[in-house]
Parts: sequence; C-alpha cells; structure tokens
Amino acid sequence: MAVRVQAGDFDVGREVASLTAGRTDIGAVVTFSGVVRGEARGKALVSMTLEHYPGMTEAELGRVEAEAQARWPLQASLIVHRIGTLKPGDNIVLVVTASPHRHAAFEAAEFLMDYLKSRAPFWKKEIAADGSGGWVDARDSDQAALDRWSPAGAERG
Amino acid sequence: MTVRLVYFAWVREKLGRGDEAAELPAHVKTVADVLAWQSSRGPEYAEVFARTGVVRVAVDQVHATASVDVSRAREIAFFPPVTGG
Repeated sequence: MAVRVQAGDFDVGREVASLTAGRTDIGAVVTFSGVVRGEARGKALVSMTLEHYPGMTEAELGRVEAEAQARWPLQASLIVHRIGTLKPGDNIVLVVTASPHRHAAFEAAEFLMDYLKSRAPFWKKEIAADGSGGWVDARDSDQAALDRWSPAGAERG
Repeated sequence: MTVRLVYFAWVREKLGRGDEAAELPAHVKTVADVLAWQSSRGPEYAEVFARTGVVRVAVDQVHATASVDVSRAREIAFFPPVTGG
C-alpha cells in the first residue's frame, strides 16, 4: 500500500511488476492511467501545470487508500500522482489495485479515482495554444461520481 | 495563538501570497468565522472570500466544513475545489 507524489514520469509495467514481485496469492491486477488530453475547452492545449498541498496531499491519498482497504479485500494498491508542468500525452496519475478476484480490484480502482479527483488537494492550470488559460474548474460530474459511493462519500465535518 | 494560513491556486494568486502567520481574533471559533474574518481583512481578501461557498478550507491538513473548530488549529488552508486526477 503506497502513495507517491512526484514530478517525474512513471512506468506502468515496472510499477505493476514491483507490486506483484514474489507473490502468488494475487489473482487480479487492475491499473488506471490518467493522461493529459491535447484539448481544453475547445482549444489546443500547450501545457498543464499541477499545483498541490505538500503534506496534505500525501495524507489525503493515504486516507483514500485506507478507505478502499476497508471496503475491498485488496492485497496491494498504489497511487502515483504527478505534479509540475505536463504536456499533452503525458501521464498524470496511476492507480493500481490487486486482489484475489477481479471484481474487488476493478471496483476499488474506480473508487480510488473518484475519491482522489474530489478530495486530493491538486489544482490544474491550463495554457492553450492561443495564449489563453486559467485554473480548471471542478466538475459537478466528479462530485456525482463520488456520491455513488456514499454514505462514506459525505465530507468529514 | 499564532496560526499559519496557507493559500493555493487562484486564491494564492489573487492574494499575492502563498502563506502568512496570523493571530486569530478571539471571536473566531469555527471555519465559518475564519472565512468571515478573512473577508474583512482588505480589498483583495474581500474579493476572494466574499464568494461564499467557493473557497474550501482544510484545518491541519484535513478537509473541514463550516462548523469545524479552529481554536487549536496550527495550519488553516484556503483553496478552490480540487481538480486532480
């Protein structure tokens, strides 16, 4: 079980290999990779810069991972999120889940992404080809995705 | 008690600073009180914090709603809704 925030790229194959090395109890590994799209609000995207809250980011990702552990019989999990300036086609985020059977791994991976998008303190700023740009607004659809997993989807008060 | 206030994304840009040390007034007890106090601290603060419901808050690095106590907080963060992933 691990979370990492890093400027550098990640290699999906290498991450999966290190997660499963020496183990024969794992029956299912699910990976999700988020990639920078080359289009933003109808314009060609030049770059995207990710800002985060050092300390809280790792703590929140850890809380999200612990929540997934409590809900599904996961044998291993990994969240890697990049920060800094990225270009179209670059990797942004990686989620890996491992369990004895596929359903838990699929569901937990989707849960981790929904939770991460709505709770982990990252902010994206986009620069378009025409020089325009700005901070990306949160989407209502992300909150709706989170609410699927309620009641634990409720914000801590 | 001195508390560290930290700002991210457009909240940071509009305030022109990433963090500052401050003494919370005695009447400031909750997250809602902090947001009201922030909006009274000057024109740039008024612009950022007047938009009620937009700026999110974390107290000691945990997401916090309006009623959360801040009287023993060491660090309070202010930011727009998150957009990672």
